[in-house]
Amino acid sequence: MSADELWLIAGMFAVTFGIRYLLFGLADRISLSAWLSDSLRFIPPAVLTAITVPAVLLPDGQWQLSAANPYLIAALCSLAAGIVTRNLLATIAIGLATFFLHRLWL
Amino acid sequence: MNEPSSLRRQEFIAGVRDTLPLLLGALPFGLIYGAIAATSGLSFAAALAMSAFVFAGSSQFIAVGLVAAQTPVAIIVLTTLIVNLRHMLYSATLLPHLRSLPQRWRIPLAFWLTDETFAVTVHRFQRGDASTCKHWYQLGSSIAMYLNWQLCCFAGLLLGNRIPDAQGWGLDVAMPVTFIGMIIPFVRTLPVAISVLTAGAASLLTLAMPYKLGILASAFAGIASGLLAQRLLRAQAAVAER
Repeated sequence: MSADELWLIAGMFAVTFGIRYLLFGLADRISLSAWLSDSLRFIPPAVLTAITVPAVLLPDGQWQLSAANPYLIAALCSLAAGIVTRNLLATIAIGLATFFLHRLWL
Repeated sequence: MNEPSSLRRQEFIAGVRDTLPLLLGALPFGLIYGAIAATSGLSFAAALAMSAFVFAGSSQFIAVGLVAAQTPVAIIVLTTLIVNLRHMLYSATLLPHLRSLPQRWRIPLAFWLTDETFAVTVHRFQRGDASTCKHWYQLGSSIAMYLNWQLCCFAGLLLGNRIPDAQGWGLDVAMPVTFIGMIIPFVRTLPVAISVLTAGAASLLTLAMPYKLGILASAFAGIASGLLAQRLLRAQAAVAER
């Protein structure tokens, strides 16, 4: 491993762990106001959605709003599967299967 | 902390079990990371060490891409910082549940905090039962994710040079598909639904923002709209009661 690589990994470790640990470390010294702890409930689905939507609609950084976009079709199928089955494994498996079928046959 | 060890084991195993489906989603993601890393110019040891010590899927991808583009180390580290800022929101969410834990628990749980473990664990913490060992559930989920990620990255690195055009296969579809599965169980009330729709719309309006800062801006838009919807609904219910 070169010195540059060592610095890269040390730096990435420091910022990643720092962000993850900062609030955990102070957990017993921080108390959240009511509206703040109310807002925490919205964080997980909001963050995950903000990552997912562009990944599906602009898979290569370009808009692809058509049935020819396998990411979009896979996402719609896994969304439908998730709503119907309420099963995480089925949601992921159907999404992946749709994607590869789409790529193979279209 | 004097919990019966059977309860600990039970929570730990439940954490592993509930994370198993997510391992399927992380598998192609880890494979493709290894494959990209193998061709990026990063050494085998450095690519493995990054998985072991940084353990953050999306920043590892971005870092490897930046390494291939010969970006200076400081810029890569800064990008990592910004891409991972969302983890601060996650740890804020778990904060009330980890308050009573000693540092020897908080440090590893922080190191192993990922989108997946967070999404699984937050449901466990929010269930209203009196279990005093919910952190063992998070530990189970964390370790399952970690071991799976190391194995997949290792396999990806081994295969990387042999699979032609691994990037062109589109294995990265695993991430959105997994996240969709993780989002659905959260959407149980109207305010959450509104929050999710707003965050999704905002993520498309903030595409021009650099360093993936759009993710954070969209998350805040989603949170604000959810809070607003919740207020309005409560106010409406209060009026109806009168």
